[in-house]
Amino acid sequence: MTVTTLAFYLFAMSTLVGGLFTVMSRNPVHSVLWLILAFLSSAGLFVLLGAEFVAMLLIIVYVGAVAVLFLFVVMMLDVDFAALKAEMARYMPLALLIGVILLMQFGLAYGSWEASAAAEGNRLAIMPQGENTQGLGLLIYDQYFLLFQLSGLILLVAMIGAIVLTLRHRTDVKRQNVLAQMWRDPAKSMELKDVKPGQGL
Amino acid sequence: MADFFTTHPLGILLLTVGQVLLVVVPLLVALAFLLYADRKVWAAVQLRKGPNVVGVFGLLQSFADFLKYITKEVVVPAGADKFVFFLAPMLSFVLAMIAWAVIPFNDGWVLSDINVAILYVFAVSSLEVYGVIMGGWASNSKYPFLGSLRSAAQMISYEVSLGLIIIGVIISTGSMNFGDIVAAQDGRYGIFSWYWLPHFPMLFLFIISAMAETNRPPFDLPEAESELVAGYQVEYSSTPFLLFMIGEYVAIVLMCALVSLLFLGGWLSPIPGLPDGVLWFVLKLIFVFFIFALTKAVVPRYRYDQLMRIGWKVFLPLSLAWVVIVAFLAKFELFGGAYARWLM
Repeated sequence: MTVTTLAFYLFAMSTLVGGLFTVMSRNPVHSVLWLILAFLSSAGLFVLLGAEFVAMLLIIVYVGAVAVLFLFVVMMLDVDFAALKAEMARYMPLALLIGVILLMQFGLAYGSWEASAAAEGNRLAIMPQGENTQGLGLLIYDQYFLLFQLSGLILLVAMIGAIVLTLRHRTDVKRQNVLAQMWRDPAKSMELKDVKPGQGL
Repeated sequence: MADFFTTHPLGILLLTVGQVLLVVVPLLVALAFLLYADRKVWAAVQLRKGPNVVGVFGLLQSFADFLKYITKEVVVPAGADKFVFFLAPMLSFVLAMIAWAVIPFNDGWVLSDINVAILYVFAVSSLEVYGVIMGGWASNSKYPFLGSLRSAAQMISYEVSLGLIIIGVIISTGSMNFGDIVAAQDGRYGIFSWYWLPHFPMLFLFIISAMAETNRPPFDLPEAESELVAGYQVEYSSTPFLLFMIGEYVAIVLMCALVSLLFLGGWLSPIPGLPDGVLWFVLKLIFVFFIFALTKAVVPRYRYDQLMRIGWKVFLPLSLAWVVIVAFLAKFELFGGAYARWLM
């Protein structure tokens, strides 16, 4: 057994264990931590495949940003674990059904489904030579530029939609106007008065 | 015998462990003296003497502190999540150390010469927030929790501008390997060929973002001792606390190393004609660390809303605009190709 094979089985095992305990663990914070383990191990699998750029992006985007937000939300939640457990028993049949269907689909895809002989050639044809960072850049920004920009546009629309849905202008709160504060002139905003004792202003 | 270290699996393992120790041990010893230097600079600004009792001029103070930390009692708060409570400091320490695997100290003096090195460092430093969040949550206590929430928001905010500044350097170099980035700064004009000149405004943005990312004063909101006691570290004592502290300082030194590699030419000599070498890298690292130490001493702590405003409303637009500007300058090879170094 070579080191690469050993590393593959190690990462694959920890991905599966991480995924399993994401669903199984009682505490939602532990769930997110297991999910992070699953993300990290799949990044390891990408490295083994020679796609180190994708692996690093997976860690930066999913573990470094998305999972932190998950953790943020989950830590703030006040969850009743016992109630959660009861819910799990109720939805178990449905979850099992989805699992079985997925398993059957995978069985179809890898068992009886046969790829055409030309498929492998087609897949390799779009792969540029050289480093995979460079290859991805050429593919995304040269060959499929329009599709990439369109998908970015869809995400932008989704983002604007989320902002519009949550945006509300409140008129009854005091807000800090930073620029106004910074440009305030002490000579104009303050006046010194000579007050005589016992008289006041 | 030489074959054993290059062909036999055990030999390769031994060789790798030896190389790792060769990086880690000098790093930790150097860290002890950098900690001492940090406290001395701080003391000098405040007209104090600083540590001066243990050893000559107090040079062994950090080692005395180390012994003190590891001999103290480990206290676990009631109701703490024990596993996560102890995992957090270990994670914080390990993540700070593994980023050094791709940092070159001299031409070719690097543990792992990978072609996405800078992304690797960025990925590891984006994971460092977990040590803080997990520590704050597992303590099951108010102040640590508040500190960890603050820290999560702060570190995510400043990571964005750090990443965008790095993109500018990557565009100029055309590579994500540290060796290539330093080689691209090698030019006829010595110190004026380095990236600090063409990327001048970003050098300051990078240093400030690095301070915020590593929770360094004036951005030490996660542990603000005057309001949150010590933030996420409140419930930690003894060795777990030591691990948190070492992790934090190693991350700071890593940021200093990044500044010297990305903007100050790494191991290149500032004057054309003088030999390049590891000494220059160390000198630059110490110089940047001195700036960090001085900033800690002279700048008061930011308010939290100011910190968030400067991150999202000032640094993010500026660094984003800079990426566009650099891309433009590189594409049309303006300023004699100063922004398009891959052509040279």
